[in-house]
Amino acid sequence: MRTTFTLARIVAIAAVLGACTSAGATNAPSAAPSASASPSAAASAVPSASASAEACAKDSLAVVTPGTLTLGTDNPAYPPYFLENADGSKTDPWELGDPTNATGFESAIGYAIADQLGFGRDEVTWVVVPFANAFAPGVKTFDIDLNQVSYKPERAQTADLSDGYYFGNQSLVVMKDSPLASVTSIAALKDGVFGAQVGTTSYDAIVKLIAPTKDIKVYDTNDAAIQALGQGTIDGVVVDLPTADFITNVQLADSTIVGQFTGGTPEYFSAVLTKDSPLTECVNESIAALAADGTLDALASQFLPFQDTVPTFQP
Amino acid sequence: MTVADARRRRERRRALRASLIALVSTVVFFGVLTALVVNAPGWATVQESFLNQQVFEDALPGVINAFWVNVRLFVTAEVLVLILGLLIAVLRSLPGPVFFPVRVLATVYADVFRAIPGVLVIFILGFAISGLGLIDPRTDAIWFGIIGLTFVYSAYVSEVYRAGIESVHPSQDAAARSLGLSRLQSLRYVVVPQAVRRVIPPLLNDFIGLQKDTVLVSFIGVVEIFRFAQIKQAAAFNFTPYMAVALVFIVVTIPLTRLTDWLIARDRRQSAAGARG
Repeated sequence: MRTTFTLARIVAIAAVLGACTSAGATNAPSAAPSASASPSAAASAVPSASASAEACAKDSLAVVTPGTLTLGTDNPAYPPYFLENADGSKTDPWELGDPTNATGFESAIGYAIADQLGFGRDEVTWVVVPFANAFAPGVKTFDIDLNQVSYKPERAQTADLSDGYYFGNQSLVVMKDSPLASVTSIAALKDGVFGAQVGTTSYDAIVKLIAPTKDIKVYDTNDAAIQALGQGTIDGVVVDLPTADFITNVQLADSTIVGQFTGGTPEYFSAVLTKDSPLTECVNESIAALAADGTLDALASQFLPFQDTVPTFQP
Repeated sequence: MTVADARRRRERRRALRASLIALVSTVVFFGVLTALVVNAPGWATVQESFLNQQVFEDALPGVINAFWVNVRLFVTAEVLVLILGLLIAVLRSLPGPVFFPVRVLATVYADVFRAIPGVLVIFILGFAISGLGLIDPRTDAIWFGIIGLTFVYSAYVSEVYRAGIESVHPSQDAAARSLGLSRLQSLRYVVVPQAVRRVIPPLLNDFIGLQKDTVLVSFIGVVEIFRFAQIKQAAAFNFTPYMAVALVFIVVTIPLTRLTDWLIARDRRQSAAGARG
């Protein structure tokens, strides 16, 4: 049904090309990394929170707009990171999800961090930040960008990346009638043609974890990769689990999540801040506090329950 | 003799002075420009993001390797473009009321494919046409790219050919017809050969455009030079790989633009000489 290709869809895809790259990320063992990949998230809570208590006081924070915490993410803001309001409405200009309602995983995280920093619900504003713009040189329009950015050391060269606030795995989405739909091992995936969005750790996962024999197809957006999947140009799309959940439930009828990948370097979602921002340490402290009091886990199981239900690929 | 000597010396001095002025003004111009850029407040950041030597050296071999996909694209497409473009131009130039529908069709083709942005033509082919199920959906996307580029550029090139055909003086056709050649024979043996020779420079121009537009094929999943650079850029969070792409295109394209300019200048000299003769 979804695979029926209309002109409207072509135009829609073309419109979001380039700009929209809500890049998926992460291929970490979901239990281990909170301890191993992000030592500071767990360990820094006790020593540094008190040390810089006054540096992170609300009034001394260097924010883009005084008195307001400006959060950024890409538009469309995809579920389950951002959900529309209960009545189906969205605040202008947001599409698909509405960051301003504190529901959806990253919206909730954003308001939780804001709360830690002393900003109330009405002292938070959201701006549209295309994925690539978050790292481009120049003046930033946001204080903190939450856009499913997975941490990479290279990325930290042009922007500050916070400690992880979510740890999840890459996963494989195929059509239900595909021979790959019942595969349980990575070895059985070698001869498939796989696609991913450019610049994502999903692409890296194909290269490193599957290492297929055929050329990898690389698209500007997940939407384009999904379209290619729907019409049979490729066998499967690799995306992070939350995105896979959205694709199979909303975007592409008759698609299914075959499994999730473990192994490889642990990766996690980081908030993006201006390079050398004094705010970064404060955000890390907030995340550590949210990890310590169980908020991160609670939000993950509230908005991203699928991580426990999708099977894991054997080698 | 002394008068001629003095004049020669004067001219030599004037030429030397002109060269000196050109040299000084060039040095000053680029010096000021460089100083402006290097002293710009964001220079350090931009240099780190766009002109990082380490990233450049890491990316260049892969970028050059990925460029072979583009070479495949533009060489194959150019051959098809030259054939299809000429066909469309000839169809548009067919005389007589019988060929009216053919002329309309050729005109619509040229209009439509010049109207739609190339990236959309490739996108529609790669995602819509390939999804019809009429051909194996596993057909390498590179072919949809080649077909898309061929559609777009043959429309432009057909106009170039047509201009060439119309620039051949009607007396040529009349002379051919009076010798007993049919309309089609006159077109084939008299008009088109002269037309093609005249439009070689603008054809080369379109070829340069085609070379650069091969990067559009990245939109339908093909990992060519631009997409490869994008993957590198995203991995390093550094835009320098794009500069490597720019460099490759400069190296490949500039000799061709120089050749085109030289051909145009030669043509102008020849036609001027012809007019005098």
